[in-house]
Amino acid sequence: MSHPNKDSNSWAAKGVKNTVHLGYWTAAWLLTLALAKFGPETIWQSNTVLTALAILVNIGVGYGMIMANKRHLKGLDEMQQKIQLEAMALSLGVGLVAGFAYSNLEVANLIPFNADISHVIILMALTYLAGMFFGIRKFR
Amino acid sequence: MKNRLKVLRAERDWTQAQLAIELEVSRQTVNAIEKGKFDPSLPLAFKAARLFDLTIEEIFQDEPAS
Repeated sequence: MSHPNKDSNSWAAKGVKNTVHLGYWTAAWLLTLALAKFGPETIWQSNTVLTALAILVNIGVGYGMIMANKRHLKGLDEMQQKIQLEAMALSLGVGLVAGFAYSNLEVANLIPFNADISHVIILMALTYLAGMFFGIRKFR
Repeated sequence: MKNRLKVLRAERDWTQAQLAIELEVSRQTVNAIEKGKFDPSLPLAFKAARLFDLTIEEIFQDEPAS
């Protein structure tokens, strides 16, 4: 009969490592996104080559963030993966439906301001957080 | 699905956290399985069976839909 070894929680340690790596990649992606967005106006006076380079770097770091997220998800246990899957499905669905509806509202001039993609991203992030909250509560 | 995970764990004086380490899942997942809120996959059920040196049927029992 085997006995639990309190000192060898390598699975949990790997999970923490994956989460920290995802945090680093996300922070790096945000920094490169800010650089690509504000750099042309504030740092290199709209130099096209530098702007294109900043966007390429942002895409490259974005790829790293996606892979880090994939590793993070694969490192979770099956219940955590189920919670993530349901939250992401909700977020994706709401983003798709609300995104197109928002776009149609702008095209039809039914909203008094320009539809910005960041509004949809914020909505998706909030929906994901709500999905995670209810998912965790469901299995508690 | 019903299971005897809590009883088996108590018999060995293990905490949920200790069992979670052995099964390589989170403590929350062990808790959800014990409460019948989450049904484990077949590989996880086999892992639990190996850990307790029992068959899957001796740990997990199907609950007919009422």
